[in-house]
Amino acid sequence: MNFIQTFLHGEEGVFKPDSMTPMQKMTLRFVVVGLVYYAFAVIEGMIMRLYEVQPIPSIPSKQFFAIMTAHPLVGIFGSTYSIVFGAFLFLVPFLMKKPLWSIKLGNWTLGLIGVGTLVFWFSGFITHYAPLYTLYWPLPADFTQFSVIGGTFFITGIALVMLGTIFFVINIYKTLTYTPDGWAQQPSKEILKSALGITAFSNLFRKKKTEQLVSLPVAAVAQGTVDVAFNAAIILFTGVLILVYMVAALLGFDLKSSAIDALLYKNWFWWGLDLVADGLVLIFVAGTWYLLATLITGKKLYMENVARIALLVELVVSWTVWSHHLLSDQAQPGILKVVSGEMVTAFELITQGLAFFITLYTLWSARPLKMANPLKFLLGGLLGFALAVPAGIMQADIGLNRILHNTQWVIGPHVHVAILVGLTMTLYSAIYFLFPILTNGAKLYSQKLANFHFWAQLLGGVGMGAFMGMAGLHGMLRRSLYIDGEFNTYMVLAAISGSLLLLGFLAFFFNIVMSVGFNGVIGIFSPSKLKTKDLLP
Amino acid sequence: MVDSTVVLWGQTLAYTFYCLAILALMGWFGYKITRRRRQGVIKNTLFYSFVTFLIVLGVSLHIITYHTIPWAPIDLNRSEIKADKVFDIVAEKHQFILPAEKLVIKCHEKALFKVISNDLTYGFGLFRQDNSMVFQMQVVPGHMNDILWQFDKPGIYTIRSTEYSGPAGVDMLVKDAVIVTGEETSQNN
Repeated sequence: MNFIQTFLHGEEGVFKPDSMTPMQKMTLRFVVVGLVYYAFAVIEGMIMRLYEVQPIPSIPSKQFFAIMTAHPLVGIFGSTYSIVFGAFLFLVPFLMKKPLWSIKLGNWTLGLIGVGTLVFWFSGFITHYAPLYTLYWPLPADFTQFSVIGGTFFITGIALVMLGTIFFVINIYKTLTYTPDGWAQQPSKEILKSALGITAFSNLFRKKKTEQLVSLPVAAVAQGTVDVAFNAAIILFTGVLILVYMVAALLGFDLKSSAIDALLYKNWFWWGLDLVADGLVLIFVAGTWYLLATLITGKKLYMENVARIALLVELVVSWTVWSHHLLSDQAQPGILKVVSGEMVTAFELITQGLAFFITLYTLWSARPLKMANPLKFLLGGLLGFALAVPAGIMQADIGLNRILHNTQWVIGPHVHVAILVGLTMTLYSAIYFLFPILTNGAKLYSQKLANFHFWAQLLGGVGMGAFMGMAGLHGMLRRSLYIDGEFNTYMVLAAISGSLLLLGFLAFFFNIVMSVGFNGVIGIFSPSKLKTKDLLP
Repeated sequence: MVDSTVVLWGQTLAYTFYCLAILALMGWFGYKITRRRRQGVIKNTLFYSFVTFLIVLGVSLHIITYHTIPWAPIDLNRSEIKADKVFDIVAEKHQFILPAEKLVIKCHEKALFKVISNDLTYGFGLFRQDNSMVFQMQVVPGHMNDILWQFDKPGIYTIRSTEYSGPAGVDMLVKDAVIVTGEETSQNN
């Protein structure tokens, strides 16, 4: 096949969209939308990297901060939520060996996340609404700096995403517990106990162990989904609160912005936001590591019951660590800083360390293994969290936080290394593993491109985080601009690393499009011709 | 009091060493995992030793920093420590309003910076001439935000907001606003 034919029909013309089930199509739609929004986030990130080196004359600083506001939200909700939700809506029924409760609701989730992300991104792009993911009160309602209409659409977009998120939560829990037509009644209570780690915990004290009704990865999905639900509720509530102020302003009423205690809002907001950063991300990632390790090796997970308990501990920890974001808030009670901010946060070192060890051990026990794409990206993901979690633990210290808070250290070695290396490489590992399953055996166009993707993602992500971190240690703040080139050496090096990330993603995207073909990508979005709830044909 | 530069150097060295070690470990693991295995299994002792190590590390990290970073105990107990100088500062409309054009402090004096905000959430940070940070805190409206600091080195410092407060907050700085005079000695608290 020549280049044009491959571009149109995919590698060797193997991929046939017509052969796909509705479940396969739904899952791949999630992945495509997630990757498109990942492209948004990478391009935005690259624009900001260049802007930190030298402000771009055609982009006013208001636009820069609007990009900075949309960037993490597009990355987390538009991209990561799409890919993760799509993967889990497929994997939970796959591992439970039963159909998804509702494919229709799954498609609604995708539609709402896709449209919602576009709405808030576009509204920020046009109106420069830029309170940085609504931190901190009363900034989101500061209408001297921001457009009310822009803010209204922005919040509406976020609300749509959260609605889609709630649909995902419902679908996951219904799938776990419902009884498909013609099946014997499912023990929904026992399934829930197993999924939420209660069975694993009570097995600690029993001589005769109760059998687990769900596999460990499904338990991870179920427990992470608890944090997804809480987070959606918090963000929705906060969004409504801000909307009230905005609608009042549109109607000509000026609500007193100081009526809400700024510190209380900050505690509330970080409690909710941390359910993502220190909750569902860590739980989902650990679950995905366990799943990939068992799938790659074909072996049982090492220390499975400990791993189940560690997930439950992580879930509880995620509800109680928010105060590490307020270590520099002098009005925050000292007891919260020490207990929640420092001590409980340190548990994340233990829970993530356990997941790291258990995954490596499971892989080790099956050697020799072939260094295929899923394995190498999985190792990259493990490395990412091994680098980023200790960086986070260091800044969650009362002494060190005094000189690290809001510097590039926080956003570089901790946040970006965790997301771009830890989380994203784990997701790529899952994508490379699931690709032949979801496409009924489509062939990857180029292994060389996949290799380049791996090294570009790894070196770009670690390099960018490292150079941002060095700038932070020398005093460079995040969420700020330095127009006199004070930190240019680090920013140029970070931009070069960032460009590697962009090139790596382009190589991956091109590789996938060439594998399934342009027509194949379009075909994913057409209705399935197979009328079945089965996952695979 | 130990300067924050010293603490940052210590942290840089520790984290760099850790990063090199974990990179080497993962590189070695990635190589070895593709090789044929020798006989023998890893004992569970390694797992439990690792768990113990993590627990000890997690608990001891904050105890060590509390006893080695001098501003940590000062910060938690600042209400019981008498300041030599107090500066009342107001943040409003993306500007710092200082009690004097220059805030002059003598070496080894304990200075209390009390900052209130009349509108948005800001930050309050002190930066050296080379842009490195001495310290920072958040400035939340409706609350008293105070930090007690002892300067043991003479120098001139810039005040800068360390929290995003909208695009207008980028220029929220007062150059060379704090002047510490006197001689550097090894005097401690």
